[in-house]
Amino acid sequence: MLLTMSSFYQLDFERPIRDLEQQIEAAEARLKAASAGTEIVGVPPGVVANLDEIDAVPAADLPGHIESLKAKLSETTRKLYDNLSPWDTVRVARHPQRPQTRDYIQFMCKDFCELHGDRRFGDDPAIVTGFARIDSFKVLVVGHHKGRTTQEKIACHFGCAHPEGYRKALAKMQMAEKFGVPIVTLVDTPGAYPGLGAEQRGQAEAIAVNLREMSRLKTPIISVVIGEGGSGGALGIAVADRVAMMQNAWYSVISPEGCAAILWKTANEQTNTAAARALKLTARDNLGLGIVDDVVQEPVGGAHRNPAAAADLLKAWIVSQLGTLKGVSGDDLIARRYERFRKLGAFQETLEEAVAAEAR
Amino acid sequence: MTQVAARTWTEVRAAKKSPIPEGLWLRCPSCGQMIYRKQMEANLHVCPECQHHFRIGAAERVKQLADTGTFQPMFTNLAPTDPLHFKDLKSYADRLLAEQVKTGQVDAVVSGQAFIKGRPAMVCSLDLTFMMGSMGSVVGETITRTIEHATQAGLPLIIVSCSGGARMQESGLSLMQMAKTSAALARFDDAKGLFISVLTDPTTGGVTASFSMLGDVIIAEPKALIGFAGPRVIQQTIRQELPEGFQRSEFLLQSGIIDRIVKRQDLRSELARIIDYAGK
Repeated sequence: MLLTMSSFYQLDFERPIRDLEQQIEAAEARLKAASAGTEIVGVPPGVVANLDEIDAVPAADLPGHIESLKAKLSETTRKLYDNLSPWDTVRVARHPQRPQTRDYIQFMCKDFCELHGDRRFGDDPAIVTGFARIDSFKVLVVGHHKGRTTQEKIACHFGCAHPEGYRKALAKMQMAEKFGVPIVTLVDTPGAYPGLGAEQRGQAEAIAVNLREMSRLKTPIISVVIGEGGSGGALGIAVADRVAMMQNAWYSVISPEGCAAILWKTANEQTNTAAARALKLTARDNLGLGIVDDVVQEPVGGAHRNPAAAADLLKAWIVSQLGTLKGVSGDDLIARRYERFRKLGAFQETLEEAVAAEAR
Repeated sequence: MTQVAARTWTEVRAAKKSPIPEGLWLRCPSCGQMIYRKQMEANLHVCPECQHHFRIGAAERVKQLADTGTFQPMFTNLAPTDPLHFKDLKSYADRLLAEQVKTGQVDAVVSGQAFIKGRPAMVCSLDLTFMMGSMGSVVGETITRTIEHATQAGLPLIIVSCSGGARMQESGLSLMQMAKTSAALARFDDAKGLFISVLTDPTTGGVTASFSMLGDVIIAEPKALIGFAGPRVIQQTIRQELPEGFQRSEFLLQSGIIDRIVKRQDLRSELARIIDYAGK
C-alpha cells in the first residue's frame, strides 16, 4: 500500500492531500489498536506527515476525529483540483496512473475487437483501433495509447505515433464509414513522433491526409482529449462532429516545454509555468475559445484517483453524443462538421471597400 | 503592377526597408562567392554561381510567378488580433506591430488572382519575413478563402509555402487552422480542382502537416528544408547526428513524398505545364 502511495503522489501540489490521508490512516490504525486493547508505538514506515496531533486525540474521540479529517480531505482535494494552475493540469494529464485508451476501452466497451496495421508498413501500437460496443452502440474506437509498463511505453513511443499509426487510423475509419459505424476517438499524445523514420515515411503527409479525409467521412465522429492533446499529432485523429476534453486534459498547438524553449529561450519550472498559462491549454480555456464543445468532468481529485468513475463519466458523455448524432444524414454531418471548424479563428475584418479607399 | 483599385502588396512593401541587408555585393552563404546583388536579384534571387536559392518574401514570389501586371490581391481586409492576450518575453500585440512596421505587411500571407503564362489561377504565398511565415488565424482564414474562391470560380490553386509552422501565440486557434484549411481542400478536391503545392525553404510544422502536403502535385525548390519536426527537435529525440541532406527536397523526392524538384527559373513554365495537363 505504502509502496504504491509513493508513486501515486508524485505531484507537489498534492502534498496536503497525502498528509491528510496519512493522518486518517494513522488515526484508523490507532482506533483499531485501541479497540483491540493493544498500543501503537512509533510511526508506521513510510509516513512523513506530522502525526503528533493524532497521538494527542483521546481514543474515545477518534471516530469523530476521523470523520472530520475525511471531510477535510474531500474538501481539500476538491479545492486543489478546482484551482489547478495550467502547468499543474499538464502534470495531472501526464500522471502515470491516469487511465489510458486501453483502460477506457476495458471500462466502457464490451466485445472489443482490435484491428491492427496500416497494410502498408506496419502496426503502430501508439494508436489503437478496433470495433467495440458502447452501451447499445456499435462503434469504431481509435485512440492514442502511451503504455503502462516500461516495455509497453517504449513500444508505443510514449504515445507518439508514427505515420503508419495515422494511416492505420484512417484506413479503419474509412472502413467504419463504409459500414455506417460511428467513430469514437480518444486523444492522448504529447505529439506525433519526431524521428528519422517518421520523417522519411511522411509524418506530415499522414497527418494532413487525416485532417482532409476526416472532414468528409460520412459517419458520426466523436473525439475526446482524455489526457494530452499535443498539436498536430492530436488533431490527426480529432477532426470530429463533437469534440470534448476531460476536465484535467490539455490541448494546444505545442507543449509548454516546447513553447518555453522557443519563446523564453529555455525550458525550466518557471518558464514552463508561464508558457502553460499563456497557451490557454486547459479544458475551460479551450471551451471558451470554441475549440471544444464540452468538458467531461472527472471524479474529485482527477481521473487517476478513480479510473472506473472517470470511465463512467466519459461513457455517459459519449453515449449521449452518439444518440444526438444518430440518424443525421452523412451529407448533413459533413456540412456541419465543415462549419464547426470553418468558424474557428480570431481576426479583424474590415470592408474590402475601406481597404481600397485607404489605398487611394 | 497595374494600378488596380485595391492596395497592392508591392506598393506597401516598396516604401519599407528591405529585410535583406543593403550593399552592392554579398557573399553567397552556399558557395562563399562574392556576388553582385543586382545580378542575383535579376536571376530571381538565385546565386548565379552555384544556383543557391535565396529566401524571398511573398511579394517578390508573386511578382515572379504572375504574368506582369496580372496579380490582383484579394482578402487584404483581414488583420490579426491577440485573442489569447499572449505574452512571453514580449507581448504578441507588440510583436505583431513590430513585424507590421518591419515588413509593411499585415500578416504572413499574400493571396489573389493572377495569370501564369496566360492561364488564370488563384495564387497564394506565405511570407517568411513576417513571424517566420507562421500560420495564425489570418493566414488560415486567407488560405481557406483562397481555396473556397478557387472552388467557386473553378480555378487552379497554387500555394507557395515557407513557414516555421503554426503560430504559437494563437495556440489552439492556430492548430484549428490546420483542420480548417485541410477541410476546405477536401471540398476543392470533391469539385475536382487542381491544387499545386510549392514547397520552399523552409516548410515545417503545422503548415507541412496540413495544406502543404495535400497538393495534387507537390513541387519543391532545390535543397529546401521540408519536414514535420524541425531538425533540432529530431536530434534531441534520437540523440544522434542527422544524415547529410536529411529533410531536404532531394531526400523527400527519394522518399517518395514529393513529385518534382523545380528550379526557380523553371517554376512558371512548370506550373503552366501542369495546369495544361490537369487543370480545367
